[in-house]
Amino acid sequence: MKNRTFFWFILPSLITMLLFIALPIVSVVVQSLHIEHEAVLNEVENCGPFGCKKELVIDVEETAKLKDDRPLGKFNGLGTYTNRNHLAFTEIRQAWQLSDGVADFVSKSLNLPFYRALAFTLTYTFVVTPLVLMFGFLIALGVNSLPKYIKGPTIFVSLLPMIVTPLIGSLILFWMIDAQGIIGSILQQIFDDPNLSLKASPLLTWIMLMVYGVWHSSPFAFIVFYAGLQTVPSDTIEAAMIDGASRWERTKYVVLPHLMPLTMFILLIQLMDNFRVFEPIVGFSAQANATSLSWIIYNDISNNEDQFFGSAGATSVLTIIGVSILLIPVLIRTWRDFNRKVV
Amino acid sequence: MSDIAYRRAPVLNMIIWSLVMVWVVAASFPFLWTFWGSFKVQGDFFSKADWTNAITGVRTQAETGGTFTGNGYFGAWVTKSFWVAAINTGIIVFSVVIISLTLGTLGGYALARSGKRYAFYLLMLALVFRAMPHITLVSGYLLPFFEWNLWGHIPTGIIVMVAINQPFTLWMLHSFFLNIPKDLDESAMVDGCTRFQAFRHVIVPVMWPGVVTTGLFSFLLAYNDFTVTATLLSQANQTMVPKIASFLGTTQTEGNVMFAVAAVVSATAPLFILILFFQRQIVSGLTAGAVKG
Repeated sequence: MKNRTFFWFILPSLITMLLFIALPIVSVVVQSLHIEHEAVLNEVENCGPFGCKKELVIDVEETAKLKDDRPLGKFNGLGTYTNRNHLAFTEIRQAWQLSDGVADFVSKSLNLPFYRALAFTLTYTFVVTPLVLMFGFLIALGVNSLPKYIKGPTIFVSLLPMIVTPLIGSLILFWMIDAQGIIGSILQQIFDDPNLSLKASPLLTWIMLMVYGVWHSSPFAFIVFYAGLQTVPSDTIEAAMIDGASRWERTKYVVLPHLMPLTMFILLIQLMDNFRVFEPIVGFSAQANATSLSWIIYNDISNNEDQFFGSAGATSVLTIIGVSILLIPVLIRTWRDFNRKVV
Repeated sequence: MSDIAYRRAPVLNMIIWSLVMVWVVAASFPFLWTFWGSFKVQGDFFSKADWTNAITGVRTQAETGGTFTGNGYFGAWVTKSFWVAAINTGIIVFSVVIISLTLGTLGGYALARSGKRYAFYLLMLALVFRAMPHITLVSGYLLPFFEWNLWGHIPTGIIVMVAINQPFTLWMLHSFFLNIPKDLDESAMVDGCTRFQAFRHVIVPVMWPGVVTTGLFSFLLAYNDFTVTATLLSQANQTMVPKIASFLGTTQTEGNVMFAVAAVVSATAPLFILILFFQRQIVSGLTAGAVKG
């Protein structure tokens, strides 16, 4: 295709992506270097029967005017990045000096909002992703060996958790695990503890969110693996059987290597999606016990009166850096594979 | 293939069957339960006394005179004007799908046919864009949108969602166009068509399966979105998902939870119908990127 033609074909798509994906990233970086204006204070002398006092009064008009003139706020450099709500260098240094051991240091750092969110986000990503791969593969193996007439309905049912709106899916589960919902009350009966609540303890909340994550994403892995299983070359399987390979050996040496590219694909998508975990926290109202990076950004900007663009910007930049670090190995691999195919 | 060679030990069969059974129940039961419960009153759906009340509807019988009640639906759709949100969702989703597909087919076709180095770089760039958490992008939009008075309007939401969907749409359509033989449009060009004419008259008629599948996924992305719709749209232009979230802010009032339950069931119904009719396209779409790309 000629360069000129290519350019005109791709132009509309490219413009939207540059305007609404690339520019916002720039905008986020700029925002993160600024901070909201402080209120303009006027010194007013207040004289009463007991003498005069000097008081500081917020000048509402001036403050509003300042906000209008420079909506970005004032330049703050990297100040927002290092403050308590983000990387918190001072607090971390203090915690390091004052803590008795590694465990104490870790628990002190996890009291800082950014590290708390980071800890949950990373745990979620690295627990849910492998589990999704595993469950997806097992279900695919299972469904693949079902008689034909129940395959269709099974796939239909399996698609439900994936296709449902994440917020709605988490609400549905949230209502069920409520102390007065079906799963919640059955669990109370099993453990014989009328006060058992999955929402109260941080550990149970984390587990609950991850169970939701696996429930929501396994169908995706299942479908991809299932389609992959249909393309396993039967010649190779039969050759392996003639050579005396057991079922397990056939799965290990023929099926799994055949599914490797698919595993990379699922891994890539799952890492991207799990790192941005956000809706389940809203759906499960879990913010007291678990916050994610996406959630703290949302928290900074969703409040209608006070929006902290500087803070949201800084967290966003840190999140983008996190995504990049996470994806670099997978991206390099995709890059190589693709290069091999193209050249 | 001989069946004997593929026969399994009974134990293995049992394990596989029970695994699939457990999964089927885990995948479908929450939906059945919520659907059933949406026709009950709050006292039954969240029963303090006994969870089986939600099945039998004891309190529902006592409060409304029947074992099923449409109160939740009436409250959500009429009292709380869920229908406005449903219309907004309809407008937004329809526009997002149409615009995404128009831009995506042009771009995806170009990427599939280019064969140049930069086409590959663009695809990698799209992949990086795909990885950006949506909320980080949204936090970049807000301030400029406020300044330029773009915030809150439906078209703003549409164009933002089109852009966020673009990387995915491009990848998917690109891999579909790779499957359409090059000879087709090239022979049209030998016959004197320009590139665009070849696209218009030769490719467009055969591209529909791929476009329908990609359209389904654009639909899902737009329909299921919470991040963009919750932060970029004003109260009046709210769509269904943020509306449901807002029901929960006022759960203290008895019965409001049931509005949310009814709304959740209402919002899931279209998705249910979607899978019913397009199961095969969804499955093939999920695997298109993986098996072929």
